[in-house]
Amino acid sequence: MPFQFTVNGRVASVDVPPMTRLLDVLREELRHTGPKEGCGEGECGACTVLIDGLPVNSCLVPVIQVDGATIVTVEGLAVEGRLSAVQEAFVQHGAAQCGICTPGFLVTAHALLERNPHPTRTEAREALAGNLCRCTGYQKIIDAVTDALSSGGDKC
Amino acid sequence: MLSCTAPVHQPRTLDEAVAQRAMHPFATVLAGGTDVMVYLEGGTLNPPAFIDLWKVNELRGITETAGTTRIGALSTWTDVANHALLPGALKDCARTIGAAQIQNRGTVGGNIVNASPAGDSLPMWLVLDALFEVRSWRGTRMVSAASFWQGYKRTALQADELLIAVHLPPTSGDVRYRKVGTRLAQAISKVVLALRVTTEHGRVGDARVAFGSVGPVPARAPEVEALLTGRPLTESNIDEAIGALAITPIDDVRSTAEYRNDVARRILRAELLAL
Ligand SMILES: Cc1cc2nc3c(=O)[nH]c(=O)nc-3n(C[C@H](O)[C@H](O)[C@H](O)COP(=O)(O)OP(=O)(O)OC[C@H]3O[C@@H](n4cnc5c(N)ncnc54)[C@H](O)[C@@H]3O)c2cc1C
Ligand code: FES
Ligand code: FES
Repeated sequence: MPFQFTVNGRVASVDVPPMTRLLDVLREELRHTGPKEGCGEGECGACTVLIDGLPVNSCLVPVIQVDGATIVTVEGLAVEGRLSAVQEAFVQHGAAQCGICTPGFLVTAHALLERNPHPTRTEAREALAGNLCRCTGYQKIIDAVTDALSSGGDKC
Repeated sequence: MLSCTAPVHQPRTLDEAVAQRAMHPFATVLAGGTDVMVYLEGGTLNPPAFIDLWKVNELRGITETAGTTRIGALSTWTDVANHALLPGALKDCARTIGAAQIQNRGTVGGNIVNASPAGDSLPMWLVLDALFEVRSWRGTRMVSAASFWQGYKRTALQADELLIAVHLPPTSGDVRYRKVGTRLAQAISKVVLALRVTTEHGRVGDARVAFGSVGPVPARAPEVEALLTGRPLTESNIDEAIGALAITPIDDVRSTAEYRNDVARRILRAELLAL
């Protein structure tokens, strides 16, 4: 069945069975390999993308439910080759080690900062509670997220 | 990769959804998919077809008429957490379901119909005297939360019925919610407690106490409620009431019966003392 939606500002059309996971459509059909498969059951957040602005686990969404929707993956955060504020902060703070969890964290953090540009550590921890990291111990990730827009400005 | 090629019916209106439910009684209903997709990927679900409700906007929205709040079945936990009309304890509950990604997708109706003994919202509906609006081609009926969960993962829904909305009568009294899991987010409850207590002249008028995760269905604790009613909330009255608590939790992968028995009493005591 054909489905059409926007990914990172571009219209995408795919012809796949309706229960195909959005994660598989993004990775296998559209070659956006930013979203990762960690657990495949909604626990880890490595597959997080924005659907109509909200962070969602793409491993739990059948493609039929995104027909007509607007999707943003980690590939869509940088603007014209420039890293977004939160991406830049991850680099500065050393918030990635193996990097498997990073695309998911960045997408969730991006949505948080759009809603709340200057989150407290507790707010950041709560917003990112659905993203797991086995390497960093989280401190540097929280540092990066709370620091991303600290030099002024509300734009991530 | 999930390779599921079953057809999906996708109604756009409530009438279409009801008609399709009648035509496809063996199809699996899909709302936010946060339970269904996990079953599919785990291989425990393999239905001949799906009915996807996601585009039925009539099932969304939280409204109030004459003191009664109506929550559309497709409202997500994020919708509940952000809504001004709803009791604070219900919003607290919404914020403990999974994490942001799950709350943005998982629905009220899905949690209710999934009927997991650990479904976090279920004890809340019991203490709030919720009524579930259920519809089929035969008509609409209201089912009380108290009679909806009939056994382990068994509900009062017939094969041709959909859950349309939750109705909450005006709430009086203090409402509280408490969940105990391995961590705050993404944790299936070991014990979950909801309670609602009204007080008049220093005495308890009405007491509603309900637990989840300590039996095959979420249930009220009438033995405790009876001992609280009509008496002041003193420490000794509370301890006497809790002494009567008759739950029979089991050991499972998440916890032990002993832990659940102990923790259920402790959180009930703490919440009652804090009223
Ligand atoms: C990582 C993770 C964490 C979670 N954490 C929690 C948690 O902390 N607490 C908790 O309680 N749950 C939790 N859940 C379970 C789940 O997210 C909730 O139960 C959620 O509310 C289900 O809603 P849904 O719309 O996604 O349901 P779906 O998966 O779409 O459906 C669930 C069931 O309900 C049926 N159904 C749905 N809507 C209707 C309707 N309107 N009429 C008739 N039948 C219907 C479906 O056929 C299916 O049987 C978690 C799940 C995941 C994957
Ligand atoms: S792969 Fe989707 S949440 Fe882990
Ligand atoms: S950096 Fe390795 S899992 Fe997070």
